[in-house]
This record gives sequence, structure tokens and C-alpha cells, in this order.
Amino acid sequence: METMRKFERICEIVDGNQRSAARLIPILQAVQAEYRYLPEEILTFVATSLGISPARVFGVATFYSLFTLKPKGKYLIRVCNGTACHVKGSMNLYGTIVKKLALREGEDSTHDMLFTVETVNCLGACGLAPAMVINDTVYGQLTPERVSDIIDEIVLKEAQNEPDTHGA
Amino acid sequence: MNGTFVLIDNKEIPIENEQNLLELIRKARIDLPTFCYHSELSIYGACRLCMVQVEGMGLVPACSTPPANEMKVSTNTEEIRKMRRIIVELLLANHSQNCPTCQKSTTCQLQALARRLGITKIRFRNQLKEVPLDESSPSIVRDPNKCVLCGDCVRICSEVQSVGAIDFAYRGAQTVVIPSFGKALDKVECVNCGQCVRVCPTGALTPRSEVDEVWNAIHDPSKIVVAQVAPAVRVAIGEMFGLPPGTTTTGQIAAALRAVGFDRIYDTSFTADLTVLEESSEFIKRVTAGDRIPQFTSCCPAWVKFVEQYYPEFVDHLSSCRSPQQMFGALAKEMLSSELGVNREDIVVVSIMPCTAKKFEAKRPEFESDGVRDVDHVLTTQEFGRMIDEAGLHFKELGPESFHLPFGFKTGAGVIFGNSGGVSEAVLRYVSEKLTGQKHDAYEFTSVRGEEGIREAKLSVAGKEFTLAVVSGLGNARKALEMIRSGAAHYDFVEVMACPGGCVGGAGQPVFSDTAVRRKRTRGIYENDRMLELHKSQDNPYITELYQNVLGDVGSPKAHKLLHTSYRTRKRIFDEDVDISAGGEKSVDVSVCFGTSCFLKGSQKLLRDILVHIRSNGIGARVNVKASFCFEKCDKGPTIKVGNRIIEGCTIEKAIEAIKREGVDLAEEVRQDA
Amino acid sequence: MNLTLTGLKKISSDFLGWSTSVSHRVLVCAGTGCLVNGSLKVYNEFVKAIGDSGLNALVELKKEEDEGVFVSKTGCQGFCQIGPLVTILPEGIFYTKVKPEDVPEIVETTIRKGAVVERLLYVEPDTQKICHKKEEIPFYQKQRRFVLNNCGAIDPEDIREYIAKGGYGQAVRACTEMTSEDICELIFASGLRGRGGGGFPSGRKWDAARRETNDKKYVICNGDEGDPGAFMDMGIMEGNPHSVIEGMIIAARGIDADEGYIYVRAEYPLAVKRLRKAIEDAYRMGLLGKDLFGSGHTFNLTVMEGAGAFVCGEETALIASIEGKRGMPSPKPPYPSQSGLWGKPTIINNVETLSQVPLVLAIGPDGYRKMGTKDSPGTKTFALTGHVANSGLIEMPFGSTLREIIYGVAGGMTSDTGKAVSDGFKAVQIGGPSGGCLTRDHLDLPIDFDSLKGVGAMVGSGGLVVMNKNTCMVSVARFFMQFTQHESCGKCVLCREGTKQMLALLDDIIEGRATMETLDLLEDLAAAVQKGSLCGLGKTAPNPVLSTMKHFRDEYVSHVRDKRCPTGKCKALVRLTIDEDLCKGCTLCAAKCPVGAISGEKGKPHRIDQSICRKCYICVEVCKFNAIKGD
Repeated sequence: METMRKFERICEIVDGNQRSAARLIPILQAVQAEYRYLPEEILTFVATSLGISPARVFGVATFYSLFTLKPKGKYLIRVCNGTACHVKGSMNLYGTIVKKLALREGEDSTHDMLFTVETVNCLGACGLAPAMVINDTVYGQLTPERVSDIIDEIVLKEAQNEPDTHGA
Repeated sequence: MNGTFVLIDNKEIPIENEQNLLELIRKARIDLPTFCYHSELSIYGACRLCMVQVEGMGLVPACSTPPANEMKVSTNTEEIRKMRRIIVELLLANHSQNCPTCQKSTTCQLQALARRLGITKIRFRNQLKEVPLDESSPSIVRDPNKCVLCGDCVRICSEVQSVGAIDFAYRGAQTVVIPSFGKALDKVECVNCGQCVRVCPTGALTPRSEVDEVWNAIHDPSKIVVAQVAPAVRVAIGEMFGLPPGTTTTGQIAAALRAVGFDRIYDTSFTADLTVLEESSEFIKRVTAGDRIPQFTSCCPAWVKFVEQYYPEFVDHLSSCRSPQQMFGALAKEMLSSELGVNREDIVVVSIMPCTAKKFEAKRPEFESDGVRDVDHVLTTQEFGRMIDEAGLHFKELGPESFHLPFGFKTGAGVIFGNSGGVSEAVLRYVSEKLTGQKHDAYEFTSVRGEEGIREAKLSVAGKEFTLAVVSGLGNARKALEMIRSGAAHYDFVEVMACPGGCVGGAGQPVFSDTAVRRKRTRGIYENDRMLELHKSQDNPYITELYQNVLGDVGSPKAHKLLHTSYRTRKRIFDEDVDISAGGEKSVDVSVCFGTSCFLKGSQKLLRDILVHIRSNGIGARVNVKASFCFEKCDKGPTIKVGNRIIEGCTIEKAIEAIKREGVDLAEEVRQDA
Repeated sequence: MNLTLTGLKKISSDFLGWSTSVSHRVLVCAGTGCLVNGSLKVYNEFVKAIGDSGLNALVELKKEEDEGVFVSKTGCQGFCQIGPLVTILPEGIFYTKVKPEDVPEIVETTIRKGAVVERLLYVEPDTQKICHKKEEIPFYQKQRRFVLNNCGAIDPEDIREYIAKGGYGQAVRACTEMTSEDICELIFASGLRGRGGGGFPSGRKWDAARRETNDKKYVICNGDEGDPGAFMDMGIMEGNPHSVIEGMIIAARGIDADEGYIYVRAEYPLAVKRLRKAIEDAYRMGLLGKDLFGSGHTFNLTVMEGAGAFVCGEETALIASIEGKRGMPSPKPPYPSQSGLWGKPTIINNVETLSQVPLVLAIGPDGYRKMGTKDSPGTKTFALTGHVANSGLIEMPFGSTLREIIYGVAGGMTSDTGKAVSDGFKAVQIGGPSGGCLTRDHLDLPIDFDSLKGVGAMVGSGGLVVMNKNTCMVSVARFFMQFTQHESCGKCVLCREGTKQMLALLDDIIEGRATMETLDLLEDLAAAVQKGSLCGLGKTAPNPVLSTMKHFRDEYVSHVRDKRCPTGKCKALVRLTIDEDLCKGCTLCAAKCPVGAISGEKGKPHRIDQSICRKCYICVEVCKFNAIKGD
């Protein structure tokens, strides 16, 4: 039923944007909000319904860094690497997270798809550098210890199978 | 603009109709290097090689700077030279280094430029991350390691051909030109026209070579290797050996084929003559009956695939005639095997074609009988030129020889197939005599000749008015089809060639970037026609003989078997279905087609209605619902598939009925619940 | 019913009348920075605590006779590092670092009793001076807050408050009293220049679009602020969204456009939300849509969210993005003012520029020219970060000096650990990845568009990173190069391949593989990329490299020739050695060294073989005696 609802939603999104190729970016944003990534077959469907070539849709989807073609973990951790955060050691935070989640070279998600970690240019929270966002919650003035604690809390909460409050 | 000029390297160059400095500089006979500028394409401004110094403006790209009166331009300052070198070095530092073994070696613009600029050392570290080649397509090989991202291929595919099978993907240093989702080229909507190959300045896109297979066949004593040469080859191959474009070299080609080792040497123009008779008869029949008008030509395999995947409703408007290449293959295998007393599989038919799509056509399942292909290998003009090179032949100096009979004899009508408008003209030469029953001395119908992408001609034959359209370039074909679909245009006969200018501008021809080359070839073809003794297909004595001895009448069952075929609608992209709702075990699969045609015919509403039906009847656990992408029944959409049954022109009632027939019924569910 | 000037005045007087009738007003900063620090909880706590205390808490104006305490959220006030910030009106008491648990005390002490909670006041670190009001704090005192004046002082989600401050009055004037020519002339006369980077005169840009005869024209607000560490436009969009809208109405009237887009980068969800709300409110009041103020002019406005591409800050790329394409720039000419969005004449102005427009109209060209310098009138916002005591969003008149900013507003230099130092200044990177660095020599240079160009830097969007003496300038150049390299769209060869190779050359320098020829090659390449790239991103990408090479060449030379990083920041160039006096010979480092570079007998000082050492620093981390050091 979930996929049925989602597909209907995709049809709504395409219709709601007048099936206009000019609305491709808002359409992809809405699709990603629904699926948390851009599934290939949905993009082909979008291309078909907008009357443009799938290669063009793929080109747009891969150009912008906020679009993702791979499913992301339940918790998307984005570490800010803007100037202020960089100066205040954001890459240390990133390293701590990668280590903590035991991600190997080239991996950005944990195998259980609980976490995905990536860097982001600037969140505009420079006054609170270094900062990161987990899904929609921003954390500022972080230290490696604090980051480690935050991850532990999430893992613990998930283990206890509490209702999800972070997920989108 | 009278009297206006630009000072280029201190020389006054008058501004005429030039839109940009680059054209003006070229008019001044200065060869400004560029990768991404093509007069046929939009201005892109990415290669930065055409940077010039303009007084008061600094360094500007010549391609996107409009000329202004008394502008002072320098094309060769120290700064410019330094920059060009750096650009070429940067490209080479991200480029495959196997130039000697590259197909494009000697015709590669990057290589030529490096030589021209005297680059002997690349100061930057090579940062190329090698990726595998895409060799999936029967027509085109894609080697991303040689791509300079000039975008010429992307633009010609979308702007000129309106296909868009490849596009840029990713960003920055990761940018690539790739089919959608990185799929293989043979799994996407590429029509194999190869125009991308034609404009590619490097070896990133090349025709897929079959030279090795052909040598193997030639050197296999058990095989009879038969060659057919397409009309457009004869006015272009000489360019590879220093002859000017448009020079007719039919005799040298025949000599070269013999020297290389072909057993039989024939001319595709012969089967072009045959096509004229078959296609014209079909036309007369259809136009008289008002059946599937306009009739579309089907000689061009890229065009055929284009119709199959984008315009399913027009598929049966295509002439059922096979292309001359395929008529030849079928006839040659049929006739030579009995004539020579050898098995069909021991006859190897090799075509020499100006085209990459012909390679695809030869591999279509329709053109095979008893597991033996009608045409075994297709060589492009370029590949054949390389075989001549490899054999060490001095092409220019070869004494002209002639083709074997009967398939080596042609009329001018068969030769002009190489030009856009040629098929139409050849058909007119036949139809005008057939319908009037009179012989005419004049044979040229110049109204269908010309350079525009869509040309219309109105003709009155035997009191009947015909409207013809001659189209070249698939973007133009799309325009014409949309006009036909909307009723804005009415035609009786439409000739379409995928490549601008027709086969003379095919992607298998020697590399050219100046459209003047194509024009010279076009002229060469018409001169060829004039030089030949006969100009009308119906006058070809060997065609008459062929009907008498083998085929029977025009349009006979035998002719139909060997010379005709049928086309089908096809998916653009191969991929998975979208799972909408999964039932349990033993569920019935219900797939709703979301291909363009069905989508337009209301498949979205149909899917919604089906989902509502399923939900309101509580049968969700018994049905798998999927959105699929084409059952290739596009003309009869919306189409759904329930179990193994395809339901065309589906309505919600039909769908419910079909689901019920598969044993999923509300009543049954209710019974079980009770 | 179209809104008229009279209507606006009524809204304004109603709001003012009411807001003076409430006993107190609590402004809780809800800029991104304060939100991260939990200001939303503080806000909720205020609403609750005031209610609990029996006072009448108002979250919004309902009817005229409402009384009590009005609690509102504001936009960013700039001084994020001391947030969440709370201002109590009418007294103007300014509390910092307010936590939800402080709220009951504030309600009890300040609102009920009129006293001050001392521990929440700002204390000036140097002088220990206690500041009761915002204006007493040097960080604010030394600024000239013009365009940011209302950011933090009003509720950005309440259109009436903007109107009460005189908002939309200039839009009415532009639509009903001025011709498009008048508007372009006035803007031209004011000398307003584009705040997005190059400083192009806005009046000229508008006039070019105005002169185009076309029945369709567009106005685009460029809110794709992407410089890492710059968030001025975010501050305005979040804190005073209506000023942007009003600026756009005036611009549209100035060029005869009837449609506009605000393109906001996707990383600013709050800005998007507030702009959408503001636009909705403006439509509802008749400030957007058809027949504005009965003038017959139409203006429709939409927010378009970016999807993560820095290059979309470039105007032709931004247009491509709105058109649903890859954000790749295209060659100019044609300029957007001739052929922009959908091939129609289009002007693109940055957020800050547009929000200045109503103010320029209000005070007139002469008034505007009283601020700033002759050729760069007005003020400029900067995002101040780095090794300074106070960082945040600031606004200064053009012509201010670095010294005023660093030692005045920013409260002086700090060490890496944040301690105040008296003589730590090394350089400032201005204008982010497109800008250049300024040194001690430029401390007293009056900053404006032209003076910075003269010294190889640029105002850019206004990022200002202050760096202390321990900063390695090669690494700084590398950081920005990595950014632009990552953000290059990949279209033109010089930017795509050039930035990649520049980064590789910088890596060679930082990791000890470079020769003196590397420096020459880097300079040649940088010059080619600067002169030959297709768009502004590429053309300015080499600036950080070129300007650090110009001002700190000896640092480069030291890395290359001596294989030494003067600040010791480049790990690969550091020699790790063991202090024989501190080493106890515990063998832990030798055991942990992944390449076996450390040897020594148990109980005796160990040694590191420099030819094997890969500078992974594991030994430094494991040594319990701090015996291993780099030099």
C-alpha cells in the first residue's frame, strides 16, 4: 500500500507541476522528498511524462549535489565544511563519525542503512561552528566526543525500537 | 552593414553575414582551433580554444563574440599561444594515451592540435581514471577515456536529431557524456545514426569496426565473400586518399574490392533501382486506395527506429520495402547459393556503407532466415578505406574496373539514393511514366533537390496532384510528423533520411566538419547520374530480367518474401517496472503501461481506477500492480497486461473483467471471509 | 480591492497603536544560529511562562484591545556565538545565551518587576564592561546597520510590522508616482552597485533591460549564496524577507517586468519558509499580483529552491537552473538583460542589493551617497569568521578599514584555541573562494569595490575570514581551490581541468613533491584559468592562489625548497622526532607504528627513521608522555 500511495503521489507531483519540463527541479525535489532518493524507474517515468529524454533527467539529477540516486540511511548526517566549520576542525568530526560507523573507503552508508554521512558546503550556522545536521536537526559547537554521544543516543534509541522522531 | 569591417591581425575583413568573430576569422583564412563550435549547432563556448584578443575587451571567445565595426582583433599573441598550449596540455593530461592504436588516429583534432602547437611534453600529471568502453551498440563504440566534453555529440543528438540519447551527467571533474543512468548504448533510445560520431573531434565516439571479421571471411577459403557498395561511398572515399570531395571513384572502388579479395562485387544502387519499383508500386496502390497516406520511405534504418520508438501510430505508414541493403542481402543469398551451388551460410555478404545505422539494420531479427543473416557484415566507408590502406593499395592510381553482373548494373535513379531527395526523385521518375503510360526524355525533378531540412513539392502527374515532403535530419522529421499529426500539413509521400543532407553526410563517411564537403558530395552524386547511360529504374534491363526469371511480378509473393518486411513499435529504454503494490504469493500480475503513447491515452487514470478498485474490494493481497514501460502495442493504448494477457484499448471495466478472469473476484474473497 | 497608500497607513497605525499598548514585548532571535542553540525552546518557554504567571501572553495581534506581553520571533541579529538572544522591549534589555530554564526568572524579574537579570547580560571581555542594551555592545556599536537594521528588530513573519516600519511605501511610490525611467535614473544616481560580487552598477543593468522592447521581462533575486562561510543573504531573507520583495516590486516596475523569481539555495530551508510566507501574505494584502495599488501594473513572484550547486550563483547558470536544466553557465553575450530567462530580458540582482532598493528610494540618492565612498556608496554586509573574538553577521559602510573591523567590531585577534592575543594578525581572506587575501599592509586600506580590485582581491559576496599567525597560507589557498574544484560545473576546459590540476599542484607543494618549477607552472596555469574561463566561477577561482602567492611567496618557497611549512600545519612536511628527555622507552609507539619506523630498546629513548615515517601521527596520539613532537 505504501508504494501504491507513493506512486499516486508521483503522479500528483507531475500533474501539480503542469507536466512542464521547466519544473523538473521542483519535481525531482518532491520525488526525493517522497522516496528519500531518486529511483531510476521513477526518473524514467518522470522523463516520459514530461516528454524529455531520460538522459536529460539523469543529467540534471546528477548535477545537483542534493539529489541522490542511491538510497540513504534512515539518519542522514551532513557535516558542514564551510570555511568557519573547516577552520574549527569539521573534518575531525567527519573522521570521528566515519570511524565510529566503521565505514570503509568509498562507503558513505552503514550496512544496516541506519546512517549515511556526507559533508555539505555551508549551513549558514557559522557562528556555531563546527556544525552538522542530522535529518532536520542542526547541532552546533560540536566536539568529537559530543558527536560520538549523539550517535550513541540514536543507536540506543533505535535498539530500543522507539518511535522514530528524527526520520523525515 | 555596408562598409563595415573588422581588423583581424591588421587585415581589414569586411563583415558580411557573419554572426561571430570565429566565422570572420575563418573567412580571413586563419584556422582558429576549436572543438565545440559547429555551424550546425548552438554556441557552447566550452573549449576556450578560439580565444582572441580584442582591443578594449581583452581575451574573448571568438565563437560567441559578435563582430562590430572597426573591432581590432589579434589571433596570435603570446598570451593566446600560452593559453592554447595549456588547454591542450590539460586535455591531454586527462586523456587516454594510446594514440597510435586509436581509430581516430590521424583524423583526431586533439592530436592534430597538439602537433600544430608543437607540444612535446605534458607538464601536468595524467589524472585520467580509466573506465571501460561501451561496446554494446552494433553501430557505435563509446570510449569515455577519450572524451574532451566539448558537447558536440550531445548537441547534435538533441538539437539536430531530437533524440537526446546521450547527455552530460555528474558535475565538474566527474562530468561525463553518457546515456541515461549510465546504461549501455544499445539499451537506450539511440537510433544509431552516428551523427555524434561524425562531429566527435576525438576517438571518444567511433563507428564499431567490423574490419577484422571481414578479413577473416576473405581469408576463409570456404566462403564466397560478396560485396555491395552503397551509392554515397563512391563520391567520398577518395577523400581518404587525397582526392577532393565529390570525386567519383566507382571504378577504383571495384578495383580495390577485387584486389582486397572479394569474390563478387556488386552495387547497392541495383537494389535501389529495385526498391524504386517496389516502393512506387506500393505507393500507387496505397494512394489510389487512400490507405495509410502519407507513405514514408524506409530505406534509412535510423529513421525506421525513430518511428518505431517515438511514433508508433505511424509505423504502418512506413513502406514495407526493405532497404536496398537488405534487399541485396536477401537476393544475393537466395540467388547466388543456387547459382553457385553453395550453402547460404557460406556466402558472406559485406556491405560498404556511408552509415553506422546500417550495422544495426543488418542485425535486426527480421533480416535473417534459418539462422543465416541476409547481410553478414557492414563496413563504413572509413573502414573500407582502412582495408585499402592495410592492403597497401594506391587507391588513386588503381585502374578503374567494373562490377559483376547482374547486381552491378544500375541506373542513375539508384545512384541518387545517396542524396536527400534522391529516393523521391527516383520514385517520381517511375511514377510519372507508370501513371501516364508515356516515356519521357527528361528525367530530372529538381523541385525535390535542395539543402533545406524539410522541402515540399507539389506535382501533377496524369491529372493527379501529389504533395511530397523530403526531410533530412531527425529533428526535422519530428517537426514534419508533428505537423502531419496535427493536420497542419498533408503529404502523400514523405522521404526521410536521418542524416542532414542524406547518406552523403552519413557518419560512416570520411571525417568532415565543413558542410561544404557534404555539398560537394551531393553534387558528385548528381553528376554521376548525368554520366550514366540510364536514369530510370524501370529501364534497368537486369531488373526486368530479375522479375522475369526470379521474382515474377512487382509485388508478387516471392518479391514480398525477399524484398519486404514489417516494422514494429519498440521500447525506448530497457528497464524494470515500478512496483506499485505487491500482493502475496500466487498473486496475479497487473502491469499498466506508462510508455508515452499509453500515458497520453490515459494510463494514469486507468491505474488509479484499478488501484481504487483493488482497495475498495479488499483484494490487495491477491494482485501485484506494476507500472511498466511499454508492451510495444502503442497504437492501441492504453495497454495493460493481466497475467499473460495483453489488453489493448483498456478501460477500467475491461481491466476488472480481466482480473476477475484470472480468478480474483470480490465475490470469491467474500466467500473466503465468510 | 487593491491596497493603497491609505490602506498601508491604516495597517501601520493599527500595528503601532497596538504595539505601544502592550506592556512588554519579548523578541527571541530565531535566526539559524540561535535556532541551533535552542531558541525555539526559549520562545515556547516564554509563551508558557508568561501565561503561567498570569500575565497575558500574546503570540499575535488579534484585536485592538489586546494587552499584555507580546512574544515574537525575529531574524538573525548577527552575533550568533552569544545566542540565543532575547530582547525585552520597551526597555531594550538584551540578554545573551538564554536557556529555557532562564525564562521564568526573566519573566519574574524583568517583565513583572522591571529589574535586570545580571548574569545574562553581555560582558565585554576586555574591559569587563556590562552592557544592558544591544547598542552598548562594541560589536554592534561599531557597525553601521542600514540594510540589517530591521533584522532582529521585527518579526519577519508579520507583514504588518514591516509595514509599520514604513515598508512597502516605496513600492507604492514606484508603482503610482514614478515612471520606469525615473526609477532607473534614481538607482543610477544613487550609485548602488551589485552586492553579489563584481559590483556592477545596478542602475545601468536595470536601464539596459528597461530599454529592451519585449512584452515579457523578468526580475530574478539571486539568493544562491554559496560561498563557504558567508551567510549575509540568509540573514536578510530570514530576518527581513519583505524588504527583498519590496525591492523586487520596485525593480520590476523599473524595467517593466511582470514576473519574478527568488532563487534560494536549498541549504536555507528557513529562508525559503519565511520568503514563502512573506509572499503569501503580500499576495493576500494585494502587494503582489494584478493591478498593484491601482496602477495597472502586475507583478507575480515565486520562490525557486536550488538543489545544491554553487555555480548557480552565476547568473546564466541560475537561469538554466530555473529552466529545469543543468546549472551550466553560457557565454555572454548575449547578456541576461537582452536575453535571459526563456530568452526574455531579465535582470538578476543579489538579495542584499534588492533589499537596499527601498531604502535608497526612501532616503534618496543624495542621502544614500552620504554613506560609503564616492564610487562605492552605501554599506556592505560581511560574514565575519576566523580567529577573532567576535564573529557573526556585520554591516559596515564602504570605506571602512580592516583595522576598524578586526580590532573594533570583531574585538581583536585570537589564538587557535580562542584566547585573545594582541599581535596575532596575519591575513584576511575576503570574498571567499573568488576573493583574495589582504595582509598587514592593507589594514588601513579603505575597503570598497575598486580599492580591493586594485590589490588583487574582491568584495565578492562578503565573506571575511580573519587568520592568525599560525595559519598556513598554502593550505588556505588549497582549501578554497578544493572548494571551487568541487563546485566547477565541468563545462569549460580551463575551469574543469585547470582547477583540478591547480589542486594537484598545491597538493604537491603541501606534501613535499614540488620543485620551483611547480610554482611557475601553477602561476601560468592560474593566469590562464583566470583569463580564459567561461564564467565568473572559473575566472575568479585562481584568486586565492594568485594572491597568496603574491603576498606570501616566501611561504610557498619554504614548502617547496626547504620542504618546511613555516606554521607546522602541513603534516607531510613535519619531521616527527622523539624528545629523548621525555621518552621513557615504553615501546608503545614502536608497537603501534604501522610502517615500523620507530626503533629503540625497552626503557631507553626511541628514535624515528625519517626515511620510513609516513607522518600518520599515530605515535603522537599514543605517546603518554608527550615525547613525540613535530617541527
